[in-house]
Amino acid sequence: MHHYMTYLSIAVYAASFACYARILYVPNVWIGRLASFLLASGIVCHYFALLERSHWIHAVPYDDLYGSMSLFAWLLAVTYLGLEFLHRQRSVGALVTSLLVVWIAMVAAFAPDKILAEPPARGPLFALHVTLNTWAYAAFGLSFILSLVYLVQDRVLRSRHPSAAFWRFPALDVLDRMSRSSVYVGLATMIVGVSLGFLYERRLDGSITWTDPKVVVTLAIFVIYLAYLGLSRTSGWRGARAARMCALNFFVVLFSYTAVNLYLTSFHRFL
Amino acid sequence: MAATPSNPGLAPRAAHGRRVDIALIGCNHRTAPVEFRERIAFTAEQARHAATSLREQGILQEAVVVSTCNRSELYGVPVDSDIPATEAMEEFLTAFHRIPRAGLAGRFYHWAGRDAVQHLYRVAAGLDSMLLGEAEILGQLRTAYSHALDYGSTGPVLNRAFQGALEVGKRIRAETEVGARPMSVAFAGVKLAERVFGNLKGRNALIVGAGAVAEQVVDHLRNRGIGHLQVVNRSPDRAEELAKRFGGKAVPWQSLESVLSSPDVIVTSVGGSGPVLTRAMLESAIGARAGRPVFVVDLGVPRNVDSDAAGLYNLYLYNVDDLGEIVEQNRRAREAEIPRAEAIIAEHVAKFEVWREALAAGSIVDELRGHFHRHREDLLRERLAALPLASDEERQRITQITEDLVERLLVEPSERLRKTQAMRGHLGALDALRHLFGISEKGSAGNSGDSDK
Repeated sequence: MHHYMTYLSIAVYAASFACYARILYVPNVWIGRLASFLLASGIVCHYFALLERSHWIHAVPYDDLYGSMSLFAWLLAVTYLGLEFLHRQRSVGALVTSLLVVWIAMVAAFAPDKILAEPPARGPLFALHVTLNTWAYAAFGLSFILSLVYLVQDRVLRSRHPSAAFWRFPALDVLDRMSRSSVYVGLATMIVGVSLGFLYERRLDGSITWTDPKVVVTLAIFVIYLAYLGLSRTSGWRGARAARMCALNFFVVLFSYTAVNLYLTSFHRFL
Repeated sequence: MAATPSNPGLAPRAAHGRRVDIALIGCNHRTAPVEFRERIAFTAEQARHAATSLREQGILQEAVVVSTCNRSELYGVPVDSDIPATEAMEEFLTAFHRIPRAGLAGRFYHWAGRDAVQHLYRVAAGLDSMLLGEAEILGQLRTAYSHALDYGSTGPVLNRAFQGALEVGKRIRAETEVGARPMSVAFAGVKLAERVFGNLKGRNALIVGAGAVAEQVVDHLRNRGIGHLQVVNRSPDRAEELAKRFGGKAVPWQSLESVLSSPDVIVTSVGGSGPVLTRAMLESAIGARAGRPVFVVDLGVPRNVDSDAAGLYNLYLYNVDDLGEIVEQNRRAREAEIPRAEAIIAEHVAKFEVWREALAAGSIVDELRGHFHRHREDLLRERLAALPLASDEERQRITQITEDLVERLLVEPSERLRKTQAMRGHLGALDALRHLFGISEKGSAGNSGDSDK
């Protein structure tokens, strides 16, 4: 399979990263706008790369781990761009785009050139279920990045020796709000995604399997992020502790995405 | 700022095909003590009067006076570029302010041409300021230029130079860190508070003690739209005065502990010994505000806030030494940005030079046109006098044909001369052209009369 669109999207994301990194060093409104424009262009290219993969495997692009990882990166980029517009804040862009470049390059490097198995046709309900849940993971991934930046900024502020980069990254309050917005996106997409999954299963088997490890872990993820949202507004948790909790929550998401999907679940496995 | 020349009546020197130089004379905090700067400073009215007089006395054809607490400068375009105008400007300046010329050695600096433009751009960038990179000077330059535009003492050259300076100032502040980081303890405190809360608009502040630095902090907080402001001071009158001045509310000293739970930013600058705010007081305040973060700036010496309070969760405490260290760091960071700022200035000075040369290049077309038409008219007068039988219609036709011929001959050279980029560095060729066609250096084109058609 040719990966032209994947390579193109890597190149455009890399260009966007260069611009975001540049504005961290030298603030410039136009370079900032160019960075956002390139990110949006990268998202468009990446969309076509996913489409290219879909045509190749004759199914939705996430039926294997590589396609799913690529979709995750695409949704992470989409969520970040949305938050960037919402909060008018570009200084985390360099971190997000650098991760995107590395992530997609890894996917492109390790993805097999052969179709591992012919995926069965499962219909739009299933497609929407998987896409929305992947979107939730991507949003939680973004909140993880934002929480890490929060913790670093908080530590620098407490050390009373701010470095040059400290002045460039967003204020703690902005990072907190961005992280919470990202979690809201994740929870909203997860609720709809999981509901569609149940609906799909009910139509298929006439019942819902609550005991599947993927279902259990997904519900656990839902609870821990809800807890984060609640605790992050309470005395004693507000601030760095909530950010630490949000960052740790993402390890459960990673566990669900990797170990559960690859080894523990029966019908949520990658092909 | 509009690029329209404010004084169309003034003919720029380029109309005579000569390079147009800017002359500058001034003094600043480096060359003169404050006593001298006070005497040489201009009010807005004096600046208008000086600019008008300089033009009326035939010293300058364009003039802008820049006067701030740290500098007084006269920028101008001399009427006659062959005479060093800065001497006449200095003479005017000392006479204007009735300052004896004896003992002025080294007080004034003089710059001309490229150096004057470079100086103006450095001033706009804040590189020539006492506080490196300060932003206020850009506003002051804008005001000085805007006043000069209003009373019509500028022309194309100073318009171009000052608009360039404002652009340079903006660009350097946007693209370098020369003016990016706080350089005063008060401002550093406010900027750090912004690192916690983002926008300070609508946040609450408490000022404990009404010292001079605390006043500066309040000023910065107010500029950033701080919401509710409370002032606590041992002397209630002083608290009342400060609260009134900044639109806040004075709180009795005894109520200090009870108001601690509402502010997001606390600034202390109380004299005397022993901490005013203890760890226990702040701990209970944070508890009462449901753990919302508090930023505390302790400007007191000895310290007003118990140093143990720094360990409290969601409390960020900075004392005067911490802020001083940040200011010093920032000063070094700003200095490190100077080469980048100078590179931007060099780029804009080069642009100005290209424009100035193009101005001179463009004017020669008009000179040539005038020169050719004068010869054409002389020739027609001679030859038509020898043709008494020619009708008026025939004479008019011949006149028209010769006019068309001159214009056609000038089409190509005009096009070439107007391509300013291509003409850069070819001013020697222009001089040769003048020499070849007998156009005098003074632009009188051999014959007397206006060079315009």
